[in-house]
Amino acid sequence: MPLEAPEESTQPLHLTIVAIASAADIVTARQRGRELAGKIGFSGSDLTVIATAISELARNILEYAKTGEIILALAQKGSRMGIFIQARDEGPGIPDISKALQDGYTTGKGLGIGLPGVRRLMDDFDATSTVGKGTVVTVKKWVP
Amino acid sequence: MRVPILKQRDYLIASIQSALSDEDLLQLRDDLVAQVGRYRSRGAIVDVTVLDVMDSFAVRTLRNIAHMIRLRGAETVIVGIQPEVAFAMVQLGLTLEDVATALDLEEGLAYLDAKAGSQHAS
Repeated sequence: MPLEAPEESTQPLHLTIVAIASAADIVTARQRGRELAGKIGFSGSDLTVIATAISELARNILEYAKTGEIILALAQKGSRMGIFIQARDEGPGIPDISKALQDGYTTGKGLGIGLPGVRRLMDDFDATSTVGKGTVVTVKKWVP
Repeated sequence: MRVPILKQRDYLIASIQSALSDEDLLQLRDDLVAQVGRYRSRGAIVDVTVLDVMDSFAVRTLRNIAHMIRLRGAETVIVGIQPEVAFAMVQLGLTLEDVATALDLEEGLAYLDAKAGSQHAS
């Protein structure tokens, strides 16, 4: 992954930030994401996958941190276009992020599908979390 | 947006018209569970054809609707899950468990008729 960094860029031109503070914001975030992804030629099933991933990321924010934001942007890797999605919050954080990425991990609340599901839907996945500071999950999907 | 619920014969048909917020889904659940009793319905069909996203909350709420309606003595069928939605659900590991599904409204009605028929026979 670090090797790709020099030629990979995020185009700030199409940067959209959706504040997440209520269930209605989840719908807004996934609709914005779908619109943006639609502009760069994703197929119908990819658009659904992207919208679903955004929905789950936004849901995680609402559930664990109460508020946060979803950042949407276009990404480029060589001649390949993709969508960049980042979920940021300043919530309680995840103590053991590697555990949270294991399939079947749950906090016991039994809501959401957790991060493993989102990871399966997307091409690139990165999550960092600091207890007491918050969580940042960054995912990308490239146009096939 | 509130989901309209139509009464047809012994069945209720909830035809989702647009993207739904969490509140809309919970409202649909409460409306259906109440109306099954009010109209003494034998079955309910939830048509999700227009939904382009079914995330964990939507799937869980649909499952809950079906289980609650079963506790009220009626059957539920979810109809119209789009291919791409099915794909995303499988990728995410979301499942409707034992809830009946059918391709479209017509198949859903046929399913409920068959269920009703087998009950009369027994």
